[in-house]
Amino acid sequence: MSGLDRRSLLTGAAAAGLAVGGDLLGFAKAWAQTAEWKPEPGASLSLLRWKRFVPSEEEAFLKMVDAFTQATGVKITVSNESYDDIQPKASVAANTGQGPDMVWGLFSFPALFPDKCVPLGDVAASLAKKYGPWFPSAEAYGKVKGNWIAIPVSFNGGYPNYRISAMKKAGFDKFPTDTAGFLELCRGLKKNNTPAGFALGHATGDGNTWCHWALWSHGGNLVDANEKIVINSPETAKALEYVKSLYETFVPGTVSWNDSSNNKAFLAGDLYLTNNGISIYAAAKKDNPKLAEDMDHAVWPVGPVGKPTEFQLAYPILAFKYSKAPNACKAFIAFMMEASNYNPWLEAAQGYLCEPLSNYPKNPIWTSDPKNAVFAEAGRRSLAAGGLAPVSERIAAVLADFVVVDMFASHCTGREDVKGAIKNAERAATRIFRNT
Amino acid sequence: MAHTALTQPAPVAVPTRSAWARLRASRGWAGFWFMLPTALILGLFLAYPLLKGIWLSFTNARIGRDGVFIGLENYAWLWDDDVFWLSVFNTCLYTVVASVVKFAVGLYLALLLNKNMPFKAIVRSIVLIPFVVPTVLSAIAFWWIFDSQFSIISWSLRHLGVIDGNIDFLGEPAMARACVIFANIWRGVPFIAITLLAGLQTVSPSLYEAATLDGASNWQIFSRITLPLLTPIIAVVMTFSVLFTFTDFQLIWAMTRGGPVNATHLMATLSYQRGILSGTLGEGAAIATAMVPFLLAAIGISWFGLQRRAWQAGESDR
Repeated sequence: MSGLDRRSLLTGAAAAGLAVGGDLLGFAKAWAQTAEWKPEPGASLSLLRWKRFVPSEEEAFLKMVDAFTQATGVKITVSNESYDDIQPKASVAANTGQGPDMVWGLFSFPALFPDKCVPLGDVAASLAKKYGPWFPSAEAYGKVKGNWIAIPVSFNGGYPNYRISAMKKAGFDKFPTDTAGFLELCRGLKKNNTPAGFALGHATGDGNTWCHWALWSHGGNLVDANEKIVINSPETAKALEYVKSLYETFVPGTVSWNDSSNNKAFLAGDLYLTNNGISIYAAAKKDNPKLAEDMDHAVWPVGPVGKPTEFQLAYPILAFKYSKAPNACKAFIAFMMEASNYNPWLEAAQGYLCEPLSNYPKNPIWTSDPKNAVFAEAGRRSLAAGGLAPVSERIAAVLADFVVVDMFASHCTGREDVKGAIKNAERAATRIFRNT
Repeated sequence: MAHTALTQPAPVAVPTRSAWARLRASRGWAGFWFMLPTALILGLFLAYPLLKGIWLSFTNARIGRDGVFIGLENYAWLWDDDVFWLSVFNTCLYTVVASVVKFAVGLYLALLLNKNMPFKAIVRSIVLIPFVVPTVLSAIAFWWIFDSQFSIISWSLRHLGVIDGNIDFLGEPAMARACVIFANIWRGVPFIAITLLAGLQTVSPSLYEAATLDGASNWQIFSRITLPLLTPIIAVVMTFSVLFTFTDFQLIWAMTRGGPVNATHLMATLSYQRGILSGTLGEGAAIATAMVPFLLAAIGISWFGLQRRAWQAGESDR
């Protein structure tokens, strides 16, 4: 990392001023003059990213890309894939050594192939110096064995979305803050024929996030900090019984749900409580203001462990070692994380994305609408994939194999009793964590 | 000696030719050179991936790094893996049920389309539609049709007063299996129907006329003329049908992703999930390799069983 001198500070201040004034290109040009990473001459990059859920987010992102290209001369081709297709495409690229220079995906996917990723410790340190420290979960997603292999660009808060009127009718003035109250709320909703529903199918985002919350909130863990398999525990059994009680209150069909099912059902008025990002609310505000007015969000209730056990989606970006322009990749990643760029983009995301660093300038998106505020906390409150265990290729495999989701789903559907469900999860974990 | 000299003619002097000249003149070598590109392509694109896959199944390779040889360890884990055996059961069930129904419906349609009927060309085009729609599109359509909340079937039955609540098509294991099999049948019938129709049109009408004059019943005409003459093409079409069904991936992935609780995982989808999504290439390759014996058996049954010449010639089987 180059040292900061008076000249660069002045240029940086000028750049920030330009950005605040809305001159994105002017900011980009000023930023490029003092950038710590100089793109390779003639560099061009390709970026594979997750397909946007909020259209204005993509528009703002592409403006940022365009400004970077004009300021540095580095052309960036952006392609989009759905959540589920990012990981396989990145895996194939990693294995063949050909494909996009940068991939921006979900959860812990860079941990599947840490040796193929450009070390990004210098970018992470530079960002931490400006806006840090990184939230612990962000750091966990960015690092494998102490080395930064990716930059956790943002989190997506997946929180309970509920209909205010239905909650009140069920006898609750406020959203419950503990798991016992949460179950009572779901029972009340079911009784009033305004049911809750949470994905128990192979939904990469929604299924994995809420099921891990349920496990961790009862003190259960798949593996401990030393990667010893500890799923076979009384805490897991309690979590299973709890989730089965919840499942009995759900709208039918949740075991076949994918990541879009709950959005559709909620917006159609068939579902009154589910876990999701802010996209339901954003869509409702646009197309069904009445529904948006009647809905709100809450943090996940705290379970018997007595502390938040949220598991939020993280969006790490990596650069592949086979890229001919690793410096250009670093420059772009650093550029997009500059607060002057990052904040307008975050605002355009309407609360769908939130910061991974603790000292970014406060974004108005979190205060402009009180219903957005919950989502701002995602990065701060979230645990990383694996819970106690470090993020690794094995933890990535646990998520991809839906070990925890299937454990709950098999018990909820009556296919396995508590012991059988735990035994199957333990066996799957042993297979994944075996020493080969 | 004189006798020997008379009975054994003197050797004819053969003009000596270089090895290169002999090679150039040899028809066998010409054939070899013509075949070489094909052999190379087959080796590169068919044999190499298969052998590489088998090799990977004996390693602990992960995405992004080569593995080391671990012998049969991947197979040992699979042997004791309930999800794997469930996927084997699902694959066999899916293949057998879908193939049998596809054949029955396809044959019936072919016989129907072979008759003189109005708007024959249009009807044939309509029959082809499921086959020309991209698999993923048709899978997404079926996913909507069987959606737990928005199924058109549930909606219609509810409005007709037949049911009170939605049918959980893809959330209940047996029902989910039936749904994916139905989707596969819908998609696969045109291939069988059109191929068998092509076969039916090669049967000489004079055979049917002669049989009719002899007083043969419809069933006798079908069983004694149509079926024997159609057998070779049935062998080919069913071999392909079984292969396509056994290795199906897109329909399942788009509709259920192997759910609910792995109840619709086929070996192909499980191999993808473990090998690519989980990054355990070795294990994914082992599942894929485990499909080979099943595939060979399926090919064997449909190919050798139906290709026996005695049967084709209308004789009894030996």
